[in-house]
Amino acid sequence: MIRALTLILLCQLAGEAVVRALGFPVPGPVIGMALLWALMTASTYIAELVRPVAETLLRHLSLLFVPAGVGVVGHLTQLGAQTFALAVAILVSTALAIVAGAWTFVAVARLTGSEDA
Amino acid sequence: MPDFADIWSYLAQGPLVWLTLTLVAYVAGDAIAEATNRAPLANSVLIAVSLLAVMLWITETPYAVYFEGAQFVHFLLGPATVALAVPLYLQSSRLKRAIVPVLAALGVGSIVAVGSALFIAQALGVELDVLASLAPKSTTAPVAIGIAQGLGGSPTLAAVLVILTGITGALIATPLLNAARVKDWRARGLAVGVAAHGIGTARAFQVHPTAGAFAGIGMGLNAILTAMVAPTILRLFS
Repeated sequence: MIRALTLILLCQLAGEAVVRALGFPVPGPVIGMALLWALMTASTYIAELVRPVAETLLRHLSLLFVPAGVGVVGHLTQLGAQTFALAVAILVSTALAIVAGAWTFVAVARLTGSEDA
Repeated sequence: MPDFADIWSYLAQGPLVWLTLTLVAYVAGDAIAEATNRAPLANSVLIAVSLLAVMLWITETPYAVYFEGAQFVHFLLGPATVALAVPLYLQSSRLKRAIVPVLAALGVGSIVAVGSALFIAQALGVELDVLASLAPKSTTAPVAIGIAQGLGGSPTLAAVLVILTGITGALIATPLLNAARVKDWRARGLAVGVAAHGIGTARAFQVHPTAGAFAGIGMGLNAILTAMVAPTILRLFS
């Protein structure tokens, strides 16, 4: 477990360093994810090593958003007079984006014959 | 016997109390979600956040004090993002087969998320500087904050709008995609990851492992795409 955690943190650290050094517009952990994916693809030993720890972390991914969510409650007043407009914009645009994205996926999958086997 | 206030003020000095209460609130939220067969509105994050917000309010605890304990949980967001490589790796042959629909849905989902939000907000009278904080709301918080700052928005407001978007996406995704008759778990997951980043991805993992993996892909790719499209789309509204 400790080796897997070390490797995950090393990937994150490398990702943060790359982002800082090259000024990428993405967060370090996203680069770290790409790096770990490349390492797993290169070595089944690494893939099997990391898998159980990663799956444990991801099983409770929701928990990790709780502290940030609590922070938002205190800042809801910041929305001020525009609260209603912003709430409507978020609700409607999120619904539209989900449906548009999912329908596009299904339609293009049908066109390109990449339906799920 | 020392009174409760003394014990409380002693315990509240360290990170243990709020770290523990964060986990307790989440376990309670998760149990409630489980008891309702994971009904969309009984979202474990929303329940835990509400419980903790009430506790902070009753005990008059500032967020900074709460965060001293909660930071240990918050920190794990980075490693968990790295860990998304695992479902990505396990699904890589399916991803390769679906690369064209993935990229198409990413492009459409990302542009609709930014464009429709700005259109609606402007129609309802929201000012341009607030629009700059709203534009990146579908992408993961660190990226959104960077984009909003680059556009002249407020980082705090951007973070608030990001979290609200994530919770909204997690709440509406299941009933909405059922109503839209989308049965393909890849399509459902990807669309939610693009529109509602990590909180949507966390929800997708609760529903189906394939949906979770594709949501993670959608979230990661949209972090890159939003950084490119948000400034361009915002320019159309100024």
